[in-house]
Amino acid sequence: MSGVRLLVGTRKGAFILTSDAKRTRWDVSGPHFPGWEMYHLKGSPADPNRLYASQSTGWFGQLIQRSNDGGKTWEPVGNKFVYDGEPGTHMWYDGTPHPWKFARVWHLEPSLTDPDTVYAGVEDAALFRSTDGGKNWEELPGLRTHSSGPSWHPGAGGMCLHTIILDPKHRDRMFVAISAAGAFRSDDAGKTWKPINRGLKSDGIPNPTADVGHCVHRIAMHKSRPDVLFMQKHWDVMRSDDSGDSWKEVSGNLPTDFGFPIDVHAHDPETIYVVPIKSDSEHFPIDGKLRVYRSKAGGDEWEPLTKGLPQRDCYVNVLRDAMSVDSLDSCGIYFGTTGGQVYASADAGDNWTPILHDLPGVLSVEAQTLQ
Amino acid sequence: MIRVLLPAHLKTLARVSGEVQVDVAGRPTIVSVLDAIEASYPMLQGTIRDHVTQERRPFVRFFACEEDYSLEPVDTALPDAVAKGNEPFLIVGAMAGG
Repeated sequence: MSGVRLLVGTRKGAFILTSDAKRTRWDVSGPHFPGWEMYHLKGSPADPNRLYASQSTGWFGQLIQRSNDGGKTWEPVGNKFVYDGEPGTHMWYDGTPHPWKFARVWHLEPSLTDPDTVYAGVEDAALFRSTDGGKNWEELPGLRTHSSGPSWHPGAGGMCLHTIILDPKHRDRMFVAISAAGAFRSDDAGKTWKPINRGLKSDGIPNPTADVGHCVHRIAMHKSRPDVLFMQKHWDVMRSDDSGDSWKEVSGNLPTDFGFPIDVHAHDPETIYVVPIKSDSEHFPIDGKLRVYRSKAGGDEWEPLTKGLPQRDCYVNVLRDAMSVDSLDSCGIYFGTTGGQVYASADAGDNWTPILHDLPGVLSVEAQTLQ
Repeated sequence: MIRVLLPAHLKTLARVSGEVQVDVAGRPTIVSVLDAIEASYPMLQGTIRDHVTQERRPFVRFFACEEDYSLEPVDTALPDAVAKGNEPFLIVGAMAGG
């Protein structure tokens, strides 16, 4: 029987929510790893019961957990993330060189075809890969050692590699995004990288159209059309039709184009979702009204989705990895808030229901469609 | 036999309750006890001290016989009471918060 499993990472543990295809009743298990920050959990597309989870605290550092049974049981695997060679320096907030130092894993991206292969995006920004189910991690150093690396600055949340997208059609192509260096693409399985930020304009940096230095918050792709990318930048919602070689703004009629997550409808690659946030200094919805905005035109023309979402006195945020879609018919969409709510829509955003109200602040939500 | 008390989160991670016990050849030191713990419980590698530098994590402290050993050189010998198993070596997560 088909259904959905939601993997929810919070500031104080992980929760696993499961439902049948109706998506009206949810079973909740957790907290898993109570007391730990769970930045991200994600399942393998090749084996949905193989899950990976990033677990950390300021006291005891980084751990990676793996499950082979859909989250019923977990085992710690490798947590040794060591930069390849001499790490060198990047820029610090004050413009001085600062040694590259591993802090945590922000995002885990399992291979599309091999359950034992998984990529990790880390702070300070670098890309690691494991090919043995997370036991051992090896950096793909071509990204960090890109000639622009010494000029990268951290965003307010740290210099994190938060987005990893594996291209389902071009086997050796992958995309990453770093706050605040920008977006990068590899066409040779991660050996070499090129910045793909042409068309981005960021008024907060010395050269607003620089090759690197943009605070990209999130990139999304539809698997049927991997040359089309959608980006939520610090400010601006952007679109690329040429695999990131160029971008154009599609913020259109959004009430504000600041935000963190962006996602694509599972069955319509021109339908996209964002959660506009008032500003970079006020990380909450405008006027206390939590609204998801949907465009059915691939951007520019947006409609607010409000049914079932709080329309007064709501001052939460939705973080970059905290929105996800399932691939049932019709498409389900989910997001979690910094206030600990998890909202679900089983009809592509037309109507919303809170699944949970009172979790710790939600860091990530990933939906798995179970067949 | 050295008795070691782990902080709650690391006991959960190591799947133990109460104290753990490790054997150390010769006079126990901070580093020899840490090496023995990590050998017996590999999942703790990187949680007490950094994988590469082997430096104590900033919010982890070491105590024995009511003395703070956190800032002592890692080859510092531990007290007789710890060596004989009369007192535990304490690994403590620093208190934080208001």
